[in-house]
Amino acid sequence: MQRVPILKLGDILIVSIQIDLDDQSVLALQEDLADMVVSTGARGVIIDITAVEIVDSFIGRMFSTIAAITRMLDAETVVVGMRPAVAITLVELGLSLGGVRTALNLEKGVAMLEHVRGGAG
Amino acid sequence: MSAPRELPIATNGDVVVVRQQTRTLAAEIGLSLVDQTKIVTAASELARNALVHAGGGRVVIEVLEGGRRPGLRLVFTDEGPGIPDIEQALTEGWSTAGGLGLGLSGSRRLVDEFDLVSAPGEGTSVTVTKWGR
Repeated sequence: MQRVPILKLGDILIVSIQIDLDDQSVLALQEDLADMVVSTGARGVIIDITAVEIVDSFIGRMFSTIAAITRMLDAETVVVGMRPAVAITLVELGLSLGGVRTALNLEKGVAMLEHVRGGAG
Repeated sequence: MSAPRELPIATNGDVVVVRQQTRTLAAEIGLSLVDQTKIVTAASELARNALVHAGGGRVVIEVLEGGRRPGLRLVFTDEGPGIPDIEQALTEGWSTAGGLGLGLSGSRRLVDEFDLVSAPGEGTSVTVTKWGR
């Protein structure tokens, strides 16, 4: 199993997935992120999937689960960089990623988090 | 013409290898990027099914040439408990493993041909085919 590194930038945690995710790595990432959100007090999480070639139902569910977990820990999650082919395939697979915020790229993801927090505060 | 490749499905890592091999062959026969992504995603779902429901199995990946269009065929087989009610198993949202129940129904939508053969105690075989456009 490979672990996905989590970077901290201000009060945002950034995860850039650069490996072919196996199911164990996916579960480890969920736990690592929950721990990091609490230990750093991060208010936002960005998951960059620019390099991810496929998202199947297990990986897709991971995004929804992470979004739900971090929301309970007072942090918003944004998934950024989804490839068009991945989006088409996900919809046909029947997965709509309900509850998961998405942005086209990292920059827009950061802007979205700032907006969300600005609106809430 | 490349010979069919048989791969084991015994670990999470094997599921990743199945995805990678499917991607390589799908690209080789010239499937579009979207079609590559669809067949690789279906392969991932079906490989995980074999692992989760049957404790493992194998897949044979075959390039279909000679016809009007090239195609890629994947045959997943396992010696697991089998599926008592195939219609129910193909229903969206039906899950026996605590998943989303999208594995079978979803992968059927992602491919051009889908065939499922299973009986209780006799394992399961799923054949999926994606054709070039």
